[in-house]
Amino acid sequence: MSAAVDYLLHLADNALVLGQRNAEWCGHGPILEEDIAQSNVSLDLIGQARMLYQLVATLKGGDATEDKLAYFRDTHEFRNYTLLELPHHGPLSGYASSSLDYGTTIVRNFLYSALMALLWEALEKSANADLAAIAAKSLKEVRYHLRHSRDWLVRLGDGTDESHARSQASLDHLFPYTQEFWAHSPAEAAAVEAGIGVDLNTLKADWDAIVDAALAEATLQRPAAGGYVPEGKQGVHSEHLGFLLAEMQSLARAHPNGVW
Amino acid sequence: MTATVEEVWAALEDLADPEIPVISLRELGILREVRSGAEGLEVVITPTYSGCPAMGQIEDDVRSTLKTRGISARVVTQLAPAWTTDWMSEAGKEKLRAYGIAPPHQTPAGSSVMRFISKPAKAEAVPCPHCGSSNTLVSSHFGSTACKALYKCQDCQEPFDYFKPY
Repeated sequence: MSAAVDYLLHLADNALVLGQRNAEWCGHGPILEEDIAQSNVSLDLIGQARMLYQLVATLKGGDATEDKLAYFRDTHEFRNYTLLELPHHGPLSGYASSSLDYGTTIVRNFLYSALMALLWEALEKSANADLAAIAAKSLKEVRYHLRHSRDWLVRLGDGTDESHARSQASLDHLFPYTQEFWAHSPAEAAAVEAGIGVDLNTLKADWDAIVDAALAEATLQRPAAGGYVPEGKQGVHSEHLGFLLAEMQSLARAHPNGVW
Repeated sequence: MTATVEEVWAALEDLADPEIPVISLRELGILREVRSGAEGLEVVITPTYSGCPAMGQIEDDVRSTLKTRGISARVVTQLAPAWTTDWMSEAGKEKLRAYGIAPPHQTPAGSSVMRFISKPAKAEAVPCPHCGSSNTLVSSHFGSTACKALYKCQDCQEPFDYFKPY
């Protein structure tokens, strides 16, 4: 059971953290259509996270609930990829909303949804029937996230000099974080062993093909991955996750058991 | 008095979707089954998009409709098989079109991620629900809700929503 719980939490935290991060665009999108698109993508992701947390709560039993899992765990207990918690800007810019960079948002959504489209497709055959059911639904949604982010990647990369330079900078900044996809954590290895999870390395060739084709169309250069391999999925996070969780969790913690 | 399965279906027949009130939950394919279980009658519903904010409302609407008719039944949410727009009835699709929303195309059979991504979105011509022209352009992959994309008709110049195949 523990292998399933740890693996499901990883999938759920990925969806929740990116859903929360992208929701920062709500009311601040560069154009109205994209404001709406990011909010809708966030709704899908948070919906996927809810289904997964509900399943974890059922498996754990006792007084576990989806809300406790989302609102009452701390940074080191979250199992999401580090990539997904990073702010919407490059490594050195500030935190003000005026410095939000849409290229970073698009590049991250593209790299992640390309992975998740392949992973949800493979998880439709998971030995855990409930996870397989969630995968079948999530796949239908993430394919549109992939199509959306891919189109915008091409539009920005093959756009003006400014949009090209900024999306290339976002790619250079974010791409090394994707190394975490391919480095197995003990929880993933246990889930693969139990037939619940999927060995991501079996999906890497397809992910590379999706990424390379899109980057070529976008006239962007694929950066060499290398250097530090993040370990967010093992609870070792960047300084950014704490701020994101503080904003997301403060209301539930200030009014525990509140109903509205 | 215990209601029959047929009476439950009849009670819920015209219950409308809260977001698109011209179409019923049954026509949308959200209302899956009414069955007689060990603990009495059960109404099986299935969620559309994972994060659709209307789902809570839909469950409440089903409960209160049954309650007003004096029918006692449990509402059960079931994830598998996953909801698909292919379950939408022809009558339902026609009602969407008349309402100004282009109804979903059939989902392509056996479509893998690799094939989905290699096919340009442009290849799916979506006829304008206002003038019928196929000379339309996608403006955004997400419209007023996650389940719809925003299109524009190049002939009558009207913008419209397209209910995406799911």
